Amino acid sequence: MLARFWIERRIAWRFMVENPLQTLLISIAIAVGTAVIIFITTLMNGLQQNTINKTLGSQPHVRLEATRLYNRLPAVRDGQILQLETMRAQPLQRIDSWQALVADLDAIPQLMAVSPVVTGPALVQKGRATASVVVNGIDPQRYEKIINLPGHMVQGRFQVGSEDVLVGSELARDLGLQAGDKLRLQAGDGRTALLRVAGIFSMGVQELDTRQLYVDLKQAQTLLNLSGGITALDVKISDIFTAREWGGRLQRLTGLHVKNWMDNNSQLLNALRSQSMTTQMIRGFVGLAVGLGIASVLAVSVVQRTREVGILRAMGSTRDQILRVFLTQGAMLGAMGAVFGMAGGYGLIYLFNNFGSRLFSVSVQAEVTITALFIAIGSGILAAALPARRASRYDPAEAIRYV
Amino acid sequence: MSEVVLRLQDVNKVFEPDTPRAVHVLHDISLELHAGELTALIGPSGSGKSTLLNLMGLLDTPSSGELWIDGQATARLDDAGRTRLRAHHIGFVFQFHHLIGAFSVLDNVLMPLMLQQGKPATAQLDYARHLLDAVGLPNIEQRSAKALSGGQQQRVAIARALVGKPALLLADEPTGNLDTQTAEEVFALFEQFNRDTGCATLIVTHDPRLSARCPRVIELLDGRIVSEPGAL
Repeated sequence: MLARFWIERRIAWRFMVENPLQTLLISIAIAVGTAVIIFITTLMNGLQQNTINKTLGSQPHVRLEATRLYNRLPAVRDGQILQLETMRAQPLQRIDSWQALVADLDAIPQLMAVSPVVTGPALVQKGRATASVVVNGIDPQRYEKIINLPGHMVQGRFQVGSEDVLVGSELARDLGLQAGDKLRLQAGDGRTALLRVAGIFSMGVQELDTRQLYVDLKQAQTLLNLSGGITALDVKISDIFTAREWGGRLQRLTGLHVKNWMDNNSQLLNALRSQSMTTQMIRGFVGLAVGLGIASVLAVSVVQRTREVGILRAMGSTRDQILRVFLTQGAMLGAMGAVFGMAGGYGLIYLFNNFGSRLFSVSVQAEVTITALFIAIGSGILAAALPARRASRYDPAEAIRYV
Repeated sequence: MSEVVLRLQDVNKVFEPDTPRAVHVLHDISLELHAGELTALIGPSGSGKSTLLNLMGLLDTPSSGELWIDGQATARLDDAGRTRLRAHHIGFVFQFHHLIGAFSVLDNVLMPLMLQQGKPATAQLDYARHLLDAVGLPNIEQRSAKALSGGQQQRVAIARALVGKPALLLADEPTGNLDTQTAEEVFALFEQFNRDTGCATLIVTHDPRLSARCPRVIELLDGRIVSEPGAL
């Protein structure tokens, strides 16, 4: 194949070299397009990755909760239902024999981590100040695989024992807490506990840093009067975008009430999706603009080469050969522009990472680069198609006379 | 008589037929060219010389009639078939030499071969260099074709036309653009190659001194052959 089209490549190359300014201009156009596509794609991917990481950094992919209490609806006759319903209040519901459930879920390879949680409301008291919080009883070894709490500690240590508690940075500020300080937890019905602040974390999310409080699983069970039981199982899955499917699967498997992060953050996902669409459109239009630019320059170039095409035809070149010469030229221009464009795109990304907002940094994925390369070469060939076809159809007798 | 390289039978050419602007350029042309023959095609401007040459070179197709090259009928061939015959049997020299400026002198000479087969073989390279020697242009093979004078370019064009060892060499006023001295030298090359390679050679010319040196002269007037002093 390569040996076969040797002369076509040679002619295409010589034509390009003979007209360096034109070649340079088209290459720059392609390079700019490629650079923009690489940069925008990388930036958007990075931004979305960053947003998702931030979101999922503080919540489980999937959460299994005890089945909710519901009213039984008596059938009057033949499937007819009388419905006049007052919704039931939902007290804390416990998942029983959860140890067996955890063992079952641990055996599923796509689930990377499973962690039992006891969650319920409580009041924190320090001196005369109080604050309402959500108590989370956790098994630290398991829980840190779901949410990277140890990585977000700003004071003290990630330690949850029978007398230890982890509080958020905002709550600590409100109550004037330091690591080592004592606080009192009240969880209704006179159940209280005196605990020592082992560490202070900051997740960077106001709500979490003000309201969440982590204690030992057993401590929480006692406080919330759920001895032996838990209220939820947090699950981490390998592919985050399968959370919805896994949610459904786990619901059928366990019969529990299941929430997944995708449904919980449907607004965010919507926003990300529209952002992706916008990116796609920008890429498409940039590609189109560059393609049209190449096509118009090549159209002029083909007219300039009319006489040469006539000579080549008189010397025995076929129409297909002429077609291939100009298609090759398009591909070469595309490839050349893409190489410059890659340098440009990487340069832009470097500038963004080092001199930009610094809110987050992005890295180029190989597949983005490879896609951009193929798009550039493809649009080069595509843009050359019409002019090339035109050149291949020149009447040689007339073309030779063209001045 | 030696073998027939080109035969035309009742060839007509009408441009834009079936329109009010239809022009009947060639009328019932019948002729034969033989191997080793050196023929001049003369006639005033507009007599149809170039049209006839384009038909002979398969750059154009006749409106009616038949044209054989090396015994092969061509009227019903498609573009690819005509291209193939042109590549293997016909060499062209044009008035305005028409080299490809983007290539070196040697590449220009080799172009007809490279279009057929890709990279040239050593023997073909040697032959191209031999031809450049023969047209009096040794040691300039790597120069750009654009850098040559008109006479030099026409010599390169002759070498290019001959590199494929064609059976038929067609030249459209090859000396029309050259001064008398250079025209003489270029014409002498045609005589020499016609003798050495035995290819049938047809030269369109306005110059009566040059046509007088051809053993056969075909005169065209208003699209008809009016006299053939050197006829069979």
